[in-house]
Amino acid sequence: MNILSIFANPYLWASTVAMAVPLALPAIGGTFSERAGVVNISMEGIMLISAFVSVAFSAYFHNAWLGLLAGVISGILVAYVFAWAAAKMYANQIVLGMAFNIFASGITAYLFNAIYGPEGTPFDTPKLPDVRIPIIDKVPVIGQILSGQNVMVYIMFVLIILSQWFLFKTTIGLRLRAVGENPEAAETAGIDVVKMKYLGVILGGAFSALGGAYLSIGVLNSFSPEMSSGRGYIALAAMIFGKWTPVGSFLASLLFGFATALSYTLQESSISKNIIMMLPYVVTILALIGIGGKSVAPAADGIPYRPKK
Amino acid sequence: MVKKVLQSILMPLIAIFISMIVGGIVILITAKQNPIYAYLALFSGAYGNLMNFATTLTNAIPLIITGLGVAIAFSSGLFNIGAEGQFWIGAIVATYLGYQIKGLPWFLHIPLIIVCAMIAGALWGGVVPGLAKVYTGAHEVITTMMMSYIAIYFSHYLLEGGPMMDKGTIPQSPVIQNSAKLNTLVPNTQLSSGLFIAILAVVVVYILMYKTTLGYELRAVGFNIKAAKYAGMNVAQKLVLAMGLSGAFAGLAGAVQIMGVQYRLYDSFTSGYGYTAIVVALLANNNPIGVVIAALFLAGLSTGAQEMQMQTNISGQLADVVVGLIIFFIAIEELYRIIMEKIRTGKTKLQPVGGQE
Repeated sequence: MNILSIFANPYLWASTVAMAVPLALPAIGGTFSERAGVVNISMEGIMLISAFVSVAFSAYFHNAWLGLLAGVISGILVAYVFAWAAAKMYANQIVLGMAFNIFASGITAYLFNAIYGPEGTPFDTPKLPDVRIPIIDKVPVIGQILSGQNVMVYIMFVLIILSQWFLFKTTIGLRLRAVGENPEAAETAGIDVVKMKYLGVILGGAFSALGGAYLSIGVLNSFSPEMSSGRGYIALAAMIFGKWTPVGSFLASLLFGFATALSYTLQESSISKNIIMMLPYVVTILALIGIGGKSVAPAADGIPYRPKK
Repeated sequence: MVKKVLQSILMPLIAIFISMIVGGIVILITAKQNPIYAYLALFSGAYGNLMNFATTLTNAIPLIITGLGVAIAFSSGLFNIGAEGQFWIGAIVATYLGYQIKGLPWFLHIPLIIVCAMIAGALWGGVVPGLAKVYTGAHEVITTMMMSYIAIYFSHYLLEGGPMMDKGTIPQSPVIQNSAKLNTLVPNTQLSSGLFIAILAVVVVYILMYKTTLGYELRAVGFNIKAAKYAGMNVAQKLVLAMGLSGAFAGLAGAVQIMGVQYRLYDSFTSGYGYTAIVVALLANNNPIGVVIAALFLAGLSTGAQEMQMQTNISGQLADVVVGLIIFFIAIEELYRIIMEKIRTGKTKLQPVGGQE
């Protein structure tokens, strides 16, 4: 296969965008959480739980939108417990994240077996629709990339813009960031630190849940145990590579998405897809150690804060 | 001293107890079975007879060795979350040397593999994450996790049509030479003399951490990095060393798993031992003896869960649910403090005016 013909194939770029969705959404979620000073590595687990709940509701009510709603609510509930333990109980956030991930992988696999058994989720489970965009649809190449994608792709684009605006242009966004940088100062200025942490973590949970729902009822219409397959962790890397901003997280997710899409396309060629798959991780480490612009975390990220009052 | 030991045991015990109850409720609701019967099946499946206990021990070996490594990092204030990758690297090196080197007697072949796997694990865990931490402040949670993924994809590359793939179409390596295999201790089980390596590792780590200057320094860095700096310790060097040691033990565990149980490398040869080892170190509160107990408990949980699945039809994944809950209930230690405080203040209210302060 000719290398140039691979890159000229619009399908590669279309799937790059599609593969970026379940990374960009939790990455933006992680951005909210860490800007509020809470490291949440349980995005992986929240994605898994939401993926399962979305399918179960979509199958039961025969409505994918209800499935999506239920998935997001489940993500918010789980994130709420996380926020309570992190902000009120001052638990070690990494330990907490591990607990949630192990629990999520266990409970989803367990319930999947208990409810659906070996046959798996029902074949006629509705999935979220693909959307054709009227005028762009007709444009060659660009139409093939930007039109006909799953509706979650377009929801993601709207959310990226909204998130960037919310975090950097609104008062609440400013407060959220202040809590992650210097909670003492924020508290002195009259900001409710605990409330802000709840907000950051819960937004994080909702975004991760959207990513999880996309996997089970956006790309597919079924669930399988461990289907998030480490995307929550990759999203963490994308968030760091994107310098803790929504737009940056999305661009970094595109890079990871591209590597995944390319590894599938290259399956026929002599270059091993596994080598291609390693690249984003190498790039993340390079970014972390400051090659190509240093990525600096919010100053109080991951440190439990006890209110003075 | 006794009080301190009791406290460090009490917390995990409470967490385990609450988690078992929550797990029991899940069983009751979803499977409509008696949880006590299920737990009895689990327990006898894990420790009930010699065969089952041997299987539990087999699963405990990689957890003990990797858990020791994670505990060294924890003690030094580092969160080595990438033990899984270091485990893979150790296994890759062990497999390669295991089938490639022919004609060595076992008493040279096995030590050679052990040393090389430990060096490889140490480099994987120490060089990139350790140096990155010290010189650029890159958090080890992310770097070790990235290194894990690189290790796993690297192994897939080696096996799926790569240089380590055996003849045929299955992505697996050739079987290692007989001289690289650890002998079996209990017939018809997979329990190997890797058990002695694990016990030796516990002793070594115990002496290292509690009886040597280096161990004292590592723990001092973990306890208070600023104080360690003021005391004139070379903190940077200690951090790299701690990550390296941590990786060395994970690498050793990977090698022992290949030499004692699997004999060849394939895609799914580890059932997440590197991740479970983090739980082991947490439960053990980084104490080497505690690591043994925690590893036996968690290995028993996964062995017993399979037995429970066969006897009661309750899916074995429930074990993961319980493990997740246990860590959660350990993480929110503040809750116990608050409850204890409530009980104590509640008591003082009952005391007469002028009673003790």
